[in-house]
Amino acid sequence: MSTVLDNLVSQPYKHGFVTDIESESAPKGLSEDTIRMISAKKNEPEWLLEFRLQAYRHWLTMTEPQWPNVHYPKIDFQAISYYAAPKPKLKKSMDEVDPELLKTFEKLGVPMHERAALAGVAVDVIFDSVSVTTTYKEKLAEVGIIFGSISDAVRDHPELVRKYMGSVVPVGDNYYAALNSAVFTDGSFCFIPKGVKCPMELSTYFRINTQDSGQFERTLIIAEEGAQVSYLEGCTAPKFDTNQLHAAVVELVALDNADIKYSTVQNWYAGDENGVGGIYNFVTKRGLCKGHNSKISWTQVETGSAITWKYPSCVLLGDNSIGEFYSVALTNHRQQADTGTKMIHIGKNTKSTIISKGISAGQSNNSYRGLVKIGPRAEGARNFSQCDSMLIGTQCGANTFPYIQVQNPTAKVEHEATTSKIGEDQLFYFQSRGIPTEEAVSMIINGFCKDVFQQLPMEFAVEATKLLGLKLEGSVG
Amino acid sequence: MINANAKTLLEVRNLTATVAGVEILKGINLTVRAGEVHAIMGPNGSGKSTFAKVLAGHPAYTVKSGEVLFEGKDLFALASDERARAGIFLGFQYPVEIPGVTNSAFLRLAYNTVQSGRGKDELDPLEFDDLVREKMKLLEMSPEFLSRSVNDGFSGGEKKRNEILQMALLEPKLALLDETDSGLDIDALRVVAGGVNQLLTADNACVLVTHYQRLLNYITPDYVHVMSAGRIIKSGDKALALALEERGYDWLLDAKKAAA
Repeated sequence: MSTVLDNLVSQPYKHGFVTDIESESAPKGLSEDTIRMISAKKNEPEWLLEFRLQAYRHWLTMTEPQWPNVHYPKIDFQAISYYAAPKPKLKKSMDEVDPELLKTFEKLGVPMHERAALAGVAVDVIFDSVSVTTTYKEKLAEVGIIFGSISDAVRDHPELVRKYMGSVVPVGDNYYAALNSAVFTDGSFCFIPKGVKCPMELSTYFRINTQDSGQFERTLIIAEEGAQVSYLEGCTAPKFDTNQLHAAVVELVALDNADIKYSTVQNWYAGDENGVGGIYNFVTKRGLCKGHNSKISWTQVETGSAITWKYPSCVLLGDNSIGEFYSVALTNHRQQADTGTKMIHIGKNTKSTIISKGISAGQSNNSYRGLVKIGPRAEGARNFSQCDSMLIGTQCGANTFPYIQVQNPTAKVEHEATTSKIGEDQLFYFQSRGIPTEEAVSMIINGFCKDVFQQLPMEFAVEATKLLGLKLEGSVG
Repeated sequence: MINANAKTLLEVRNLTATVAGVEILKGINLTVRAGEVHAIMGPNGSGKSTFAKVLAGHPAYTVKSGEVLFEGKDLFALASDERARAGIFLGFQYPVEIPGVTNSAFLRLAYNTVQSGRGKDELDPLEFDDLVREKMKLLEMSPEFLSRSVNDGFSGGEKKRNEILQMALLEPKLALLDETDSGLDIDALRVVAGGVNQLLTADNACVLVTHYQRLLNYITPDYVHVMSAGRIIKSGDKALALALEERGYDWLLDAKKAAA
């Protein structure tokens, strides 16, 4: 029995190759000089350098959070290179992009050519510290949408970046957000003007390639009044036996009646079965429902990373605004995940929904941690949370840490939680009906995750189902 | 119905099996031909349920010796899902709950997997829906069972109906029904037994594992076997079940001791 499940949960990582490309890395270490160097490399305006330095100085006064239910050796922030970019530098058109890079993303299934692209998905591709290309940029510009790297946005639309960057996640918000604010190198920027419904899915694909570099990208999405956008994010990294740090910040701003849907399929390298190597994914994602009737929805499928520390959150400031969080987090081998969300209800009649599904296999540890806070002015606020855990095998762990703070007596808050286990008896039940174990596990897992997968855009739902399959299925011994 | 010329479906010879190192089956011999209904009775712990589970391939049990031929082929050469596709069906004493998986999706996957394993056509969801609703009538089940999770929150009787519904869909050659009567009230017992009766033909066979004779009032066995301590100690016809009902198991066990 245990061998059956062991085989099922021990699939090799498919994206673990390294691209042999000449790259330029900053020397390891972090100081004000490093930050000035990054800022100079990117020809940044003075205000942005100040933003970085302010964040850095604040970071120096902070300590790493100890409260997550994860364990790892202390990170030596001086042993990380804070800038890595493929040489030669940014290219203007696809024809000029290094063929090695093209091959890399082809292998990863990321469409970099517009003609070959998945119909209706525009992609911004980030390789180590820089954005290497953005597809459909011109087409989107026709309807007034700005989509591209944040570096370009700083150059071309400084007023927008300056207005919104740090407005949702302040520079000193938390240890890793401060670090990111100091050293972020690239990321995606997306601006949907008033009244525009984005005609295609926007997507960013992140790839870490260089061994001792960290990835610190910054994503900023702004949806003006009545605008709508659906945004997807994918990530992979090579197999190294050292750990790479990924400390991103994502900020979303939704004005009156705007609707932002942000979906992630996270498949960073998770380390080997003994827990050697893998990405430390310490990410701050937060959306601000600034306007009334605005809506922000997070959907995440977390399958990778040695350690995941991530709480995509919604600040429901506008009256009648809606926040949603749908999550599947799968951990295997020695992976650790402490993930969940925060729903901060400030405006009246604000609503939030949390659906979290944690799947633990191997010797992994999977924790849901979530905060639902109803402020004193949030008359009629509603929250529904459902946190389900599934255990595969007997050596893994699952935890739920819900925090509920209610300061308004008219609020309604519901929390449901379940824990289940894929056991020998369930699998035998399927088998006794002619269904092989692999299909049984897949059906049980898909049934378990159904409520979340339904939220994903179609292509992503298929990819997520396959990904969980890859992680959990295999030849049955 | 006994027909000495009928095809032999199951041939069990000197079967021994263990669970967690403890020998539970200590040499079982049994022949089941097409068209027959066998009842296996016996006190708690005699190995009746183990016997059914071993035939279906439950992973907790290890076969130590003996052989089992199913339609003349070595049954133990097949994995449990292959046995199901080959035509063995186990009706569970305690049907397993599978939250999140709808009964309709589960039944259709089972049906189509078994169909394709037998070289027959699979059904699309609409065709399958027609079929399953037809079969549900047999068991007086309401269609809302289809949208519920497999056995999740089902009452004891609902679970057992769901087992026989699966038997109706998968059309096994040999159905092993493990204490299908336990937990059923008298009305449910009548419906479930009625369902089983309608599924029995001259080409298939059924082995009923049961504690009580009451199930046999509804499904008439051709043979009754009494198990004790991992062996079949006595075989007979329906009259044996009635004698057990009247006298309990002790007289048989005592008789066996005396003989030994």
